[in-house]
Amino acid sequence: MKYGIDDAPVFVIDASRCIGCEACVSACMECGTHRGRSLIHLDHVDRGVTTQAAPTVCMHCEDPTCAQVCPADAIKQTETGVVQSALKSRCIGCSNCVLACPFGVPNYIAELDQMMKCDLCTDRTSEGNPPMCASVCPSEALWYGTPDEFAQNRRGSLVRDFVFGRQSVRTKVFMVVDDVTDGPLDALAGSPGDWLDDPFGLEEGIGTS
Amino acid sequence: MARQPISDEELIERFGPHLNEEPPGGWDADIEVDRVVETHCCFCGQQCGIKLKVHKNQVVGFEPWYDFPFNEGKLCVKGVKRYLQGSHPDRLLHPMERDPSAPGGFRAVSWDRALDRVVGEIQRIQQAYGDDAFAMLSGVSLTNEKSYLIGKFARLALHTANLDYNGRFCMVSAGAGAKKALGVDRAPNPWSDIPLADVVWVAGSNVAETFPITTSYIWRARDRGARLIVQDPRVVPLARTADLFLPVRPGSDSALFGAVLHTLIRRDWLDHAFIDAHTVDFDEAAAAVSDMTPRWAAGITGVPAARIEQAAEWWGTSATGMLLHARGIEQQSKGVENVLAAINLGLATGKYGKPGCGVTTITGQGNGQGGREHGHKCDQLPGNRDITNPEHRAAVAQVWGCDESEIPGKGLAAEEIIEAIHDGTIKGLLSICFNPVVSAPDTNFTTEALDRLEFYAVIDFFLNDSAVHADVVLPGSLHEEDEGTATSGEGRIIKINAAVTPPGEARLDWKILLDIARRLGRDEHLQYRDTREIFDELCRASTGGTADYTGATWERIEAEHGLFWPVPSVGHPGTPRLFEGGRFFHPDGKARFHPVPFRESAEVVDDDYPVWLTTGRVASQYLSGTQTRRIGGLVEQYPEPLCEMHPRLAESLGVIDGDIVSVSSRRGEMTLPAHVVSTIRPDTVFIPFHWPGKKSVNQLTSRALDPISRMPEFKVAAVRVVRAGGGIPIRDARDLELHEGPT
Repeated sequence: MKYGIDDAPVFVIDASRCIGCEACVSACMECGTHRGRSLIHLDHVDRGVTTQAAPTVCMHCEDPTCAQVCPADAIKQTETGVVQSALKSRCIGCSNCVLACPFGVPNYIAELDQMMKCDLCTDRTSEGNPPMCASVCPSEALWYGTPDEFAQNRRGSLVRDFVFGRQSVRTKVFMVVDDVTDGPLDALAGSPGDWLDDPFGLEEGIGTS
Repeated sequence: MARQPISDEELIERFGPHLNEEPPGGWDADIEVDRVVETHCCFCGQQCGIKLKVHKNQVVGFEPWYDFPFNEGKLCVKGVKRYLQGSHPDRLLHPMERDPSAPGGFRAVSWDRALDRVVGEIQRIQQAYGDDAFAMLSGVSLTNEKSYLIGKFARLALHTANLDYNGRFCMVSAGAGAKKALGVDRAPNPWSDIPLADVVWVAGSNVAETFPITTSYIWRARDRGARLIVQDPRVVPLARTADLFLPVRPGSDSALFGAVLHTLIRRDWLDHAFIDAHTVDFDEAAAAVSDMTPRWAAGITGVPAARIEQAAEWWGTSATGMLLHARGIEQQSKGVENVLAAINLGLATGKYGKPGCGVTTITGQGNGQGGREHGHKCDQLPGNRDITNPEHRAAVAQVWGCDESEIPGKGLAAEEIIEAIHDGTIKGLLSICFNPVVSAPDTNFTTEALDRLEFYAVIDFFLNDSAVHADVVLPGSLHEEDEGTATSGEGRIIKINAAVTPPGEARLDWKILLDIARRLGRDEHLQYRDTREIFDELCRASTGGTADYTGATWERIEAEHGLFWPVPSVGHPGTPRLFEGGRFFHPDGKARFHPVPFRESAEVVDDDYPVWLTTGRVASQYLSGTQTRRIGGLVEQYPEPLCEMHPRLAESLGVIDGDIVSVSSRRGEMTLPAHVVSTIRPDTVFIPFHWPGKKSVNQLTSRALDPISRMPEFKVAAVRVVRAGGGIPIRDARDLELHEGPT
């Protein structure tokens, strides 16, 4: 399972597979350098109408917004493009990064007066091991492997370019979307089965007894 | 008198559940790891591989076990937090006797005193009321070795017929159905067959929360283009992206399966060659569904007829397909019929014995498969043999070295044991790995029964919710403290390795049982130095049975990452996929169709109790919660039961999200917060079952049993729901603020 120097594994998020079990949230605490703090985000999109949950790790932007807005120059990237937590010695706890990140990733930890965030489990990935969350994720919504492995085994296309208003960001972490060769995404195109709009057949008047 | 000695509050103060939040020494301890032990998660029948990190005889963390092929390092939230059950402040460290004057209601005593008391009470009760007046209840979180030993211990040391196990509340309808139809009780497939299926049909299983790892197998099938059908009263997380959702009304599954078989026959989506060559009694099964049209079934099940036709078409016309079922269809008073109706669909389309083909249960409990093979069921002997069959009895007596007549006959099933305690027929009970106050139906009846026992002894590592009624509590061992084997839901025999030794005066479970046998003077056939000797005897006793472990050794199991039984001879490679070539386990090699006419559940809704109740699990809790309600992160994820209801039902009751509601049935009543979600049928409420006392949904469930499997009807009851006043905010910090107020 370990990845060697030539393998160039990537981190992939496919929220459509997420089952909301929170294994990632718990596993994040177990990474050697996280010390009981979970730095991943798991949101229930709207439990009133759906069980859809969405996991968010740091996307590790090529030119990270968090670092751009940091007045103390406390946020550094590793040589491999991993954006790290704020340096303790520099972080002034202003939360500019928390407010500016287009993905909502950084956490300001008040008791430490420091910003901490997903570091892709640097202690694990530097030794060729997958990050904790992608190791345990039982639905492979969070996945770590080479682009070839992905292409051989998984559906969908990998995207890493995102546009937020006038801001464009390119990320180290990929998200999965339906095949991009099909043209632009239509977010309102509906569900895979046409049952989702009326799961219990209420429109047909037979869902209740 | 097995009465709870002091109040709930005092007991909780002393024995918990308290929450273990951190590894020993805390998160900042920088502990050197002495060794890493390859073993398995204890929290469900998938038995994911995991590595436990050990420091100074304490489990201090885990590491994913990437090389174990079943889960390749993956774990659900329970597996991640699993290691926190060790080094726990609630751990029982000394034998105890009930003493209302002692702090906590129990006082520590010596092993000698505790065991002499247990033995004295067994002898007194059996002399006064007969051997069968002392019963034993066991469970399948235990290893194969312990399951086997308990079957032998109960028969040859306790001399009682009344031994049963908690699988009676879990997998037993699936086992009974599979034995009747296929001649063997095991999943027909290794899980690696799931990605090879062109259609995956999940019936009555909330896979995402109860078997999260299986999700990855199903997604892999879909990556290949497989269609996914989900049959459930709720839009469970797996259903969210399914190709077809069958929103079946609780208790109507056999009507749905019947209509699908009806459609397969009408459209001739059948494998006639397979039916002719490898099955019998197709005509009887066909006759039973001749009137079960999709339109008729729509009226019973609430599933639109077009969806039933669609399911039949996909199942009937796909070259490969797997139907996975679990407690949703099995925990009913017609659980066996539901299973037989599902198997009929596999037989009719020839979906057995081939890659990517099978109809299988997803075994629930940790050793739910292995624990139901080796003889600690009331009707069973090792090798999954029948305790009423003279040849089977003779074969086992020969291995045990006893006379066949020394083996008692068939005893009562678990719920019947509780009823016999209630009516005074059974006076004494020894239980291990069983928490009926939470897990049995009709909680008020169960606690009344336990209070009537003249003597109750419990072996456990925490003071479970039933043990508070005990006269003597014996501190036993955790999963990670003993060595042995388990058999996963795939039928894969795996190795459980000890990481640490029991703390304080706690002892290994099997040593406690052997000590009781010795003190009873009935240990002639119960002499073992270690659990390997028990395993070797288990394998010999299984020879010639269906669950044949003859060629299994601990070394092979570890070296080969598990062995699929049957392993009928030394050097045999094991049998990952059953029924290849259409050979079934009945003497004539053929599978049996069974006619399954539809009948209603034991209880149906009416004017007084107009809402269906169904029960189940949540992702972060396991069974009766003895372990998982003591782990911080798991409790925080789902702290207490909620009553899921559809906005349409909520509106008719004047209830909004978070309102406290009273839910009552003919057995009892509970109050809890409403969780208003449009992912459940409007005529049904769902409440998870992991909690004791006033939070137990089993206060509402009924003791109606399946006539064959003796499974209680946990999945169907009629209830009344009213607003009780007050409320709590339910949405937590993880919910995004997309809407104002309830939707």
